[in-house]
Amino acid sequence: MKIVIINYGAGNIQSIKFAIKRLGYEAVLSHDIEEIKSADKVIFPGVGEASSAMSKLRASGLDKLIPNLKQPVLGICLGMQLMCHSSEEGDTKGLGIFDVDVIKFTNEVKVPQIGWNQIANLKSELFKNIEEKEHIYLVHSFYAPLCKETIAESEYGIKYSAALAKNNFYGTQFHPEKSSEVGEAILKNFLES
Amino acid sequence: MLAKRIIPCLDIKDGRTVKGINFVDLRDAGDPVELAEIYSREGADELVFLDISATEQKRKTLAELVYHVAEKVNIPFTVGGGISSVEDVDILLQNGADKVSINSSAVKNPQLINDLVAKFGSQCIVVAIDAKQIDGEWIVHLVGGKVPTERKLFEWAKEVEERGAGEILFTSMDHDGTKDGFANEALSKLSTELNIPIIASGGAGNMQHFTDTFVEGKADAALAASVFHFKEIGIKDLKEKLKGNGIPVRL
Repeated sequence: MKIVIINYGAGNIQSIKFAIKRLGYEAVLSHDIEEIKSADKVIFPGVGEASSAMSKLRASGLDKLIPNLKQPVLGICLGMQLMCHSSEEGDTKGLGIFDVDVIKFTNEVKVPQIGWNQIANLKSELFKNIEEKEHIYLVHSFYAPLCKETIAESEYGIKYSAALAKNNFYGTQFHPEKSSEVGEAILKNFLES
Repeated sequence: MLAKRIIPCLDIKDGRTVKGINFVDLRDAGDPVELAEIYSREGADELVFLDISATEQKRKTLAELVYHVAEKVNIPFTVGGGISSVEDVDILLQNGADKVSINSSAVKNPQLINDLVAKFGSQCIVVAIDAKQIDGEWIVHLVGGKVPTERKLFEWAKEVEERGAGEILFTSMDHDGTKDGFANEALSKLSTELNIPIIASGGAGNMQHFTDTFVEGKADAALAASVFHFKEIGIKDLKEKLKGNGIPVRL
Protein backbone atom coordinates (compact mmCIF):
# COMPACT_ATOMS: atom_id res chain seq x y z
CA MET A 1 0.00 0.00 0.00
CA LYS A 2 1.32 3.40 -0.95
CA ILE A 3 0.61 6.10 1.60
CA VAL A 4 1.48 9.70 0.81
CA ILE A 5 1.47 12.53 3.34
CA ILE A 6 1.07 15.81 1.49
CA ASN A 7 4.04 17.97 2.41
CA TYR A 8 3.36 21.65 1.77
CA GLY A 9 5.38 23.12 4.65
CA ALA A 10 2.63 22.92 7.25
CA GLY A 11 3.91 21.99 10.67
CA ASN A 12 4.60 18.74 12.43
CA ILE A 13 4.21 15.96 9.89
CA GLN A 14 6.95 13.82 11.37
CA SER A 15 4.50 12.62 14.06
CA ILE A 16 2.03 11.37 11.44
CA LYS A 17 4.79 9.50 9.64
CA PHE A 18 5.87 7.88 12.92
CA ALA A 19 2.31 6.93 13.89
CA ILE A 20 1.84 5.20 10.52
CA LYS A 21 5.14 3.39 11.05
CA ARG A 22 3.99 2.18 14.49
CA LEU A 23 1.01 0.62 12.69
CA GLY A 24 3.39 -1.29 10.44
CA TYR A 25 3.13 0.85 7.28
CA GLU A 26 5.49 3.26 5.59
CA ALA A 27 4.43 6.68 4.39
CA VAL A 28 6.23 9.06 2.07
CA LEU A 29 6.16 12.84 2.32
CA SER A 30 5.55 14.53 -0.99
CA HIS A 31 4.24 17.61 -2.74
CA ASP A 32 4.63 16.03 -6.16
CA ILE A 33 1.28 15.90 -7.97
CA GLU A 34 1.95 12.62 -9.82
CA GLU A 35 3.19 10.93 -6.66
CA ILE A 36 0.11 12.03 -4.71
CA LYS A 37 -2.20 10.88 -7.53
CA SER A 38 -0.58 7.45 -7.53
CA ALA A 39 -1.09 6.86 -3.78
CA ASP A 40 -3.58 4.36 -2.34
CA LYS A 41 -4.17 6.58 0.68
CA VAL A 42 -3.50 10.29 1.04
CA ILE A 43 -3.07 12.17 4.30
CA PHE A 44 -3.50 15.92 4.25
CA PRO A 45 -2.03 17.38 7.45
CA GLY A 46 -1.83 20.96 8.59
CA VAL A 47 -0.81 23.04 11.52
CA GLY A 48 -0.66 26.80 11.42
CA GLU A 49 -2.76 29.55 9.91
CA ALA A 50 -5.50 28.90 7.32
CA SER A 51 -5.03 31.71 4.78
CA SER A 52 -1.25 31.25 4.54
CA ALA A 53 -1.70 27.48 4.22
CA MET A 54 -4.20 28.06 1.36
CA SER A 55 -1.68 30.36 -0.35
CA LYS A 56 0.90 27.58 -0.20
CA LEU A 57 -1.60 25.11 -1.70
CA ARG A 58 -2.44 27.52 -4.52
CA ALA A 59 1.22 28.24 -5.25
CA SER A 60 1.87 24.54 -5.81
CA GLY A 61 -1.38 23.65 -7.60
CA LEU A 62 -2.43 21.35 -4.78
CA ASP A 63 -5.66 23.33 -4.34
CA LYS A 64 -6.81 21.95 -7.73
CA LEU A 65 -5.50 18.45 -7.14
CA ILE A 66 -6.88 17.59 -3.69
CA PRO A 67 -10.63 18.03 -4.35
CA ASN A 68 -10.30 15.80 -7.43
CA LEU A 69 -8.52 12.89 -5.76
CA LYS A 70 -10.38 9.58 -6.06
CA GLN A 71 -8.64 7.53 -3.38
CA PRO A 72 -9.36 7.89 0.37
CA VAL A 73 -8.05 11.21 1.71
CA LEU A 74 -7.78 12.08 5.40
CA GLY A 75 -7.39 15.73 6.42
CA ILE A 76 -6.09 16.30 9.93
CA CYS A 77 -6.67 19.43 12.06
CA LEU A 78 -6.05 22.42 9.78
CA GLY A 79 -6.10 19.95 6.89
CA MET A 80 -9.73 19.16 7.71
CA GLN A 81 -10.55 22.86 8.05
CA LEU A 82 -9.02 23.64 4.64
CA MET A 83 -11.24 20.96 3.07
CA CYS A 84 -14.28 23.04 4.13
CA HIS A 85 -16.00 25.78 2.14
CA SER A 86 -14.23 28.66 3.91
CA SER A 87 -12.43 29.67 7.09
CA GLU A 88 -12.82 32.74 9.23
CA GLU A 89 -9.09 32.47 10.00
CA GLY A 90 -7.51 34.99 7.63
CA ASP A 91 -10.91 35.11 5.88
CA THR A 92 -10.00 32.56 3.24
CA LYS A 93 -11.85 30.29 0.84
CA GLY A 94 -11.20 26.60 1.38
CA LEU A 95 -11.09 23.63 -0.96
CA GLY A 96 -14.88 23.34 -0.84
CA ILE A 97 -15.09 19.58 -0.26
CA PHE A 98 -17.20 19.84 2.88
CA ASP A 99 -20.10 22.26 2.69
CA VAL A 100 -19.48 24.10 5.96
CA ASP A 101 -17.80 27.34 7.03
CA VAL A 102 -15.08 27.18 9.70
CA ILE A 103 -15.49 29.81 12.44
CA LYS A 104 -13.75 30.86 15.66
CA PHE A 105 -14.70 29.77 19.17
CA THR A 106 -16.25 32.58 21.20
CA ASN A 107 -14.57 33.94 24.31
CA GLU A 108 -16.95 32.03 26.55
CA VAL A 109 -14.37 29.25 26.42
CA LYS A 110 -10.58 29.40 26.58
CA VAL A 111 -9.08 29.68 23.11
CA PRO A 112 -7.27 27.66 21.83
CA GLN A 113 -8.93 24.49 23.04
CA ILE A 114 -5.95 22.37 24.04
CA GLY A 115 -6.21 18.83 25.34
CA TRP A 116 -8.34 15.71 25.42
CA ASN A 117 -12.03 15.95 24.64
CA GLN A 118 -14.62 13.27 23.88
CA ILE A 119 -16.15 12.19 20.58
CA ALA A 120 -19.77 11.11 20.31
CA ASN A 121 -22.47 10.24 17.77
CA LEU A 122 -19.97 8.28 15.71
CA LYS A 123 -21.28 7.59 12.24
CA SER A 124 -18.55 6.20 10.03
CA GLU A 125 -16.40 3.15 9.34
CA LEU A 126 -13.56 5.43 10.41
CA PHE A 127 -14.75 4.74 13.96
CA LYS A 128 -15.12 0.98 13.62
CA ASN A 129 -14.54 -0.60 17.07
CA ILE A 130 -14.26 2.83 18.68
CA GLU A 131 -16.61 3.42 21.59
CA GLU A 132 -18.69 6.52 22.14
CA LYS A 133 -17.13 9.14 24.45
CA GLU A 134 -13.53 8.09 23.91
CA HIS A 135 -10.99 10.88 24.40
CA ILE A 136 -9.01 12.31 21.51
CA TYR A 137 -6.40 15.10 21.44
CA LEU A 138 -7.17 18.49 19.91
CA VAL A 139 -5.46 21.86 19.60
CA HIS A 140 -7.50 24.49 17.76
CA SER A 141 -9.10 27.93 17.89
CA PHE A 142 -11.45 27.51 14.91
CA TYR A 143 -14.05 24.80 14.32
CA ALA A 144 -16.53 23.42 11.80
CA PRO A 145 -20.10 23.63 13.15
CA LEU A 146 -22.29 20.53 13.00
CA CYS A 147 -23.48 19.86 9.43
CA LYS A 148 -24.78 17.05 7.25
CA GLU A 149 -21.22 15.76 6.75
CA THR A 150 -20.49 15.48 10.49
CA ILE A 151 -19.48 11.92 11.44
CA ALA A 152 -18.38 12.66 15.02
CA GLU A 153 -19.19 15.49 17.35
CA SER A 154 -17.49 16.99 20.35
CA GLU A 155 -18.49 19.73 22.77
CA TYR A 156 -16.57 22.83 23.84
CA GLY A 157 -19.02 25.52 24.85
CA ILE A 158 -21.11 24.29 21.91
CA LYS A 159 -21.31 21.08 19.91
CA TYR A 160 -19.13 21.07 16.81
CA SER A 161 -17.74 18.65 14.21
CA ALA A 162 -14.88 16.49 15.51
CA ALA A 163 -14.83 14.70 12.17
CA LEU A 164 -16.38 15.07 8.70
CA ALA A 165 -16.80 12.73 5.75
CA LYS A 166 -18.06 12.92 2.19
CA ASN A 167 -17.48 10.23 -0.45
CA ASN A 168 -13.75 9.39 -0.36
CA PHE A 169 -12.89 12.38 1.83
CA TYR A 170 -12.48 12.27 5.61
CA GLY A 171 -11.39 14.97 8.01
CA THR A 172 -10.64 14.92 11.74
CA GLN A 173 -10.32 18.05 13.83
CA PHE A 174 -8.38 15.98 16.36
CA HIS A 175 -4.90 14.55 15.91
CA PRO A 176 -5.20 10.75 15.59
CA GLU A 177 -1.40 10.53 15.60
CA LYS A 178 -1.34 12.08 19.08
CA SER A 179 -4.48 10.49 20.53
CA SER A 180 -2.88 7.42 22.11
CA GLU A 181 -4.34 3.97 21.29
CA VAL A 182 -7.73 5.40 20.26
CA GLY A 183 -6.11 7.65 17.68
CA GLU A 184 -3.98 4.84 16.31
CA ALA A 185 -7.07 2.65 15.94
CA ILE A 186 -8.81 5.41 13.96
CA LEU A 187 -5.75 5.87 11.76
CA LYS A 188 -5.63 2.09 11.23
CA ASN A 189 -9.31 2.10 10.20
CA PHE A 190 -8.53 4.75 7.61
CA LEU A 191 -5.48 2.94 6.25
CA GLU A 192 -7.29 -0.41 6.08
CA SER A 193 -10.60 0.92 4.77
CA MET B 1 -16.09 17.51 27.91
CA LEU B 2 -12.51 18.79 27.83
CA ALA B 3 -10.45 16.84 30.38
CA LYS B 4 -8.03 18.34 32.89
CA ARG B 5 -4.52 17.29 31.95
CA ILE B 6 -1.82 15.60 34.03
CA ILE B 7 1.69 16.32 32.78
CA PRO B 8 4.89 14.71 34.07
CA CYS B 9 7.98 16.86 33.50
CA LEU B 10 11.37 15.29 32.72
CA ASP B 11 14.60 17.21 33.21
CA ILE B 12 17.11 16.42 30.48
CA LYS B 13 20.86 16.92 30.47
CA ASP B 14 22.97 15.97 27.44
CA GLY B 15 20.15 13.79 26.15
CA ARG B 16 19.61 11.92 29.44
CA THR B 17 17.11 12.31 32.25
CA VAL B 18 18.61 13.80 35.37
CA LYS B 19 17.01 13.81 38.85
CA GLY B 20 17.11 10.33 40.34
CA ILE B 21 14.20 8.47 38.92
CA ASN B 22 12.87 5.63 40.97
CA PHE B 23 11.35 3.24 38.48
CA VAL B 24 12.26 -0.30 39.38
CA ASP B 25 11.01 -1.66 36.09
CA LEU B 26 13.16 0.67 34.07
CA ARG B 27 16.03 -0.89 32.15
CA ASP B 28 17.84 2.38 31.83
CA ALA B 29 16.74 5.05 34.29
CA GLY B 30 18.49 7.74 32.26
CA ASP B 31 16.72 7.03 28.98
CA PRO B 32 14.09 9.71 28.38
CA VAL B 33 12.44 7.73 25.57
CA GLU B 34 11.81 4.69 27.75
CA LEU B 35 10.49 6.84 30.57
CA ALA B 36 8.23 8.72 28.17
CA GLU B 37 6.76 5.44 26.94
CA ILE B 38 6.04 4.32 30.50
CA TYR B 39 4.30 7.58 31.39
CA SER B 40 2.31 7.42 28.21
CA ARG B 41 1.14 3.87 29.03
CA GLU B 42 0.22 4.91 32.57
CA GLY B 43 -2.12 7.57 31.20
CA ALA B 44 -0.13 10.81 31.20
CA ASP B 45 -1.94 13.31 28.96
CA GLU B 46 1.16 15.11 27.81
CA LEU B 47 4.86 15.22 28.57
CA VAL B 48 7.26 18.12 29.07
CA PHE B 49 10.99 17.76 28.46
CA LEU B 50 13.04 20.51 30.02
CA ASP B 51 16.61 20.62 28.74
CA ILE B 52 19.02 21.95 31.32
CA SER B 53 22.29 21.20 29.52
CA ALA B 54 24.48 24.06 28.45
CA THR B 55 26.90 22.50 26.00
CA GLU B 56 27.59 23.53 22.43
CA GLN B 57 26.21 20.19 21.29
CA LYS B 58 22.96 20.99 23.02
CA ARG B 59 20.89 21.87 20.00
CA LYS B 60 21.79 18.74 18.06
CA THR B 61 21.41 16.40 21.05
CA LEU B 62 18.01 17.83 21.89
CA ALA B 63 16.80 17.54 18.29
CA GLU B 64 17.86 13.88 18.25
CA LEU B 65 16.05 13.23 21.50
CA VAL B 66 12.89 14.85 20.17
CA TYR B 67 13.07 12.67 17.08
CA HIS B 68 13.36 9.48 19.14
CA VAL B 69 10.52 10.48 21.47
CA ALA B 70 8.25 11.31 18.55
CA GLU B 71 9.07 7.96 16.99
CA LYS B 72 7.80 6.04 20.03
CA VAL B 73 5.25 8.15 21.88
CA ASN B 74 1.63 8.61 20.83
CA ILE B 75 0.73 11.52 23.10
CA PRO B 76 1.72 15.18 22.68
CA PHE B 77 4.92 16.56 24.17
CA THR B 78 6.47 19.96 24.77
CA VAL B 79 10.17 20.80 24.74
CA GLY B 80 11.73 23.67 26.65
CA GLY B 81 15.05 24.94 27.96
CA GLY B 82 17.26 27.53 26.35
CA ILE B 83 15.15 28.01 23.22
CA SER B 84 15.80 31.50 21.96
CA SER B 85 15.17 31.78 18.21
CA VAL B 86 12.78 30.97 15.40
CA GLU B 87 15.45 28.62 14.06
CA ASP B 88 15.64 26.69 17.36
CA VAL B 89 11.89 26.15 17.30
CA ASP B 90 11.85 25.16 13.64
CA ILE B 91 14.37 22.36 14.25
CA LEU B 92 12.43 20.98 17.25
CA LEU B 93 9.05 21.03 15.49
CA GLN B 94 10.51 19.44 12.38
CA ASN B 95 11.89 16.63 14.48
CA GLY B 96 8.45 15.92 15.92
CA ALA B 97 7.88 18.13 18.98
CA ASP B 98 4.25 19.24 19.30
CA LYS B 99 4.93 22.38 21.28
CA VAL B 100 7.87 24.37 22.55
CA SER B 101 8.12 26.32 25.73
CA ILE B 102 10.11 29.54 26.03
CA ASN B 103 10.92 31.39 29.23
CA SER B 104 13.93 33.72 29.71
CA SER B 105 14.23 34.45 26.00
CA ALA B 106 10.64 35.75 25.99
CA VAL B 107 11.29 38.06 28.94
CA LYS B 108 14.47 39.39 27.32
CA ASN B 109 12.88 39.72 23.89
CA PRO B 110 9.06 39.66 24.03
CA GLN B 111 8.85 40.15 20.24
CA LEU B 112 10.08 36.54 19.95
CA ILE B 113 6.59 35.40 21.02
CA ASN B 114 4.99 37.30 18.12
CA ASP B 115 7.59 36.01 15.68
CA LEU B 116 7.08 32.38 16.74
CA VAL B 117 3.29 32.68 16.67
CA ALA B 118 3.38 34.24 13.20
CA LYS B 119 5.54 31.44 11.85
CA PHE B 120 4.24 28.38 13.70
CA GLY B 121 0.84 29.34 15.15
CA SER B 122 -0.32 29.94 18.73
CA GLN B 123 -1.10 26.28 19.29
CA CYS B 124 2.52 25.25 19.64
CA ILE B 125 3.91 28.17 21.62
CA VAL B 126 3.90 27.80 25.41
CA VAL B 127 5.34 30.60 27.52
CA ALA B 128 6.73 29.43 30.87
CA ILE B 129 6.71 31.98 33.68
CA ASP B 130 8.60 31.50 36.95
CA ALA B 131 7.54 33.87 39.69
CA LYS B 132 7.75 34.39 43.43
CA GLN B 133 6.27 36.83 45.87
CA ILE B 134 8.34 39.78 47.05
CA ASP B 135 6.60 42.01 49.62
CA GLY B 136 3.25 40.56 48.63
CA GLU B 137 3.76 41.15 44.90
CA TRP B 138 4.30 38.33 42.38
CA ILE B 139 7.54 39.09 40.52
CA VAL B 140 8.77 37.25 37.41
CA HIS B 141 12.15 35.57 37.92
CA LEU B 142 14.74 34.08 35.56
CA VAL B 143 17.33 31.31 35.81
CA GLY B 144 15.14 28.93 37.76
CA GLY B 145 13.93 31.61 40.11
CA LYS B 146 17.34 33.00 41.03
CA VAL B 147 17.23 36.32 39.22
CA PRO B 148 14.34 38.76 39.78
CA THR B 149 13.16 40.92 36.89
CA GLU B 150 11.23 44.19 36.74
CA ARG B 151 8.14 42.39 35.52
CA LYS B 152 5.05 41.63 37.53
CA LEU B 153 3.40 38.25 36.98
CA PHE B 154 -0.13 39.30 36.01
CA GLU B 155 0.98 42.10 33.69
CA TRP B 156 3.50 39.87 31.99
CA ALA B 157 1.00 37.03 31.63
CA LYS B 158 -1.49 39.40 30.00
CA GLU B 159 1.19 40.64 27.60
CA VAL B 160 2.16 37.06 26.75
CA GLU B 161 -1.47 36.31 25.88
CA GLU B 162 -1.79 39.47 23.78
CA ARG B 163 1.36 38.57 21.86
CA GLY B 164 -0.33 35.34 20.87
CA ALA B 165 1.01 32.54 23.11
CA GLY B 166 -1.27 29.50 23.16
CA GLU B 167 -0.67 28.51 26.76
CA ILE B 168 1.04 29.62 29.95
CA LEU B 169 3.04 27.31 32.20
CA PHE B 170 3.16 29.06 35.56
CA THR B 171 5.64 27.87 38.18
CA SER B 172 5.52 29.37 41.64
CA MET B 173 9.07 29.39 42.97
CA ASP B 174 7.59 29.84 46.44
CA HIS B 175 5.86 26.48 46.12
CA ASP B 176 8.28 24.53 43.91
CA GLY B 177 9.91 21.71 45.86
CA THR B 178 7.81 22.29 49.00
CA LYS B 179 5.25 19.53 48.32
CA ASP B 180 2.77 21.80 50.07
CA GLY B 181 0.39 22.30 47.16
CA PHE B 182 0.17 24.59 44.13
CA ALA B 183 -0.10 28.42 44.20
CA ASN B 184 -3.86 28.27 43.76
CA GLU B 185 -4.69 31.88 44.52
CA ALA B 186 -2.34 33.21 41.83
CA LEU B 187 -3.40 30.43 39.44
CA SER B 188 -7.06 31.24 39.88
CA LYS B 189 -6.38 34.90 39.15
CA LEU B 190 -4.42 33.99 35.99
CA SER B 191 -7.11 31.60 34.85
CA THR B 192 -9.87 34.16 35.39
CA GLU B 193 -8.10 37.17 33.89
CA LEU B 194 -6.72 35.35 30.85
CA ASN B 195 -8.49 33.41 28.12
CA ILE B 196 -5.78 30.88 27.27
CA PRO B 197 -5.11 27.60 29.12
CA ILE B 198 -2.99 27.75 32.29
CA ILE B 199 -0.72 24.89 33.39
CA ALA B 200 -0.04 24.79 37.15
CA SER B 201 3.47 23.88 38.26
CA GLY B 202 5.34 23.78 41.56
CA GLY B 203 4.26 22.30 44.86
CA ALA B 204 2.61 18.96 44.09
CA GLY B 205 2.94 16.67 47.10
CA ASN B 206 -0.18 14.55 47.25
CA MET B 207 -3.31 13.75 45.26
CA GLN B 208 -5.46 16.30 47.05
CA HIS B 209 -3.14 19.05 45.77
CA PHE B 210 -4.15 18.18 42.21
CA THR B 211 -7.85 18.33 43.04
CA ASP B 212 -7.26 21.67 44.76
CA THR B 213 -5.41 23.20 41.83
CA PHE B 214 -8.17 22.21 39.40
CA VAL B 215 -10.98 23.40 41.69
CA GLU B 216 -9.52 26.36 43.62
CA GLY B 217 -6.73 27.22 41.18
CA LYS B 218 -9.02 26.75 38.12
CA ALA B 219 -5.98 25.32 36.32
CA ASP B 220 -6.45 23.59 32.97
CA ALA B 221 -3.52 21.23 33.50
CA ALA B 222 -1.13 20.32 36.31
CA LEU B 223 2.55 19.54 35.91
CA ALA B 224 4.79 17.72 38.38
CA ALA B 225 8.11 15.92 38.40
CA SER B 226 9.37 14.21 41.53
CA VAL B 227 6.03 12.87 42.85
CA PHE B 228 5.73 10.93 39.60
CA HIS B 229 9.40 10.03 39.17
CA PHE B 230 9.64 8.63 42.71
CA LYS B 231 6.31 6.84 42.32
CA GLU B 232 4.83 8.66 45.28
CA ILE B 233 1.80 9.20 43.08
CA GLY B 234 0.77 6.85 40.27
CA ILE B 235 -0.83 8.63 37.34
CA LYS B 236 -3.67 6.13 36.98
CA ASP B 237 -4.47 6.25 40.71
CA LEU B 238 -4.38 10.03 40.59
CA LYS B 239 -6.81 10.19 37.70
CA GLU B 240 -9.21 7.79 39.37
CA LYS B 241 -9.11 9.93 42.48
CA LEU B 242 -9.75 13.09 40.45
CA LYS B 243 -12.64 11.45 38.68
CA GLY B 244 -14.11 10.48 42.07
CA ASN B 245 -13.88 14.15 43.01
CA GLY B 246 -15.93 15.11 39.97
CA ILE B 247 -13.05 16.41 37.87
CA PRO B 248 -13.16 15.46 34.16
CA VAL B 249 -10.13 13.34 33.25
CA ARG B 250 -9.17 10.92 30.51
CA LEU B 251 -9.06 7.38 31.89
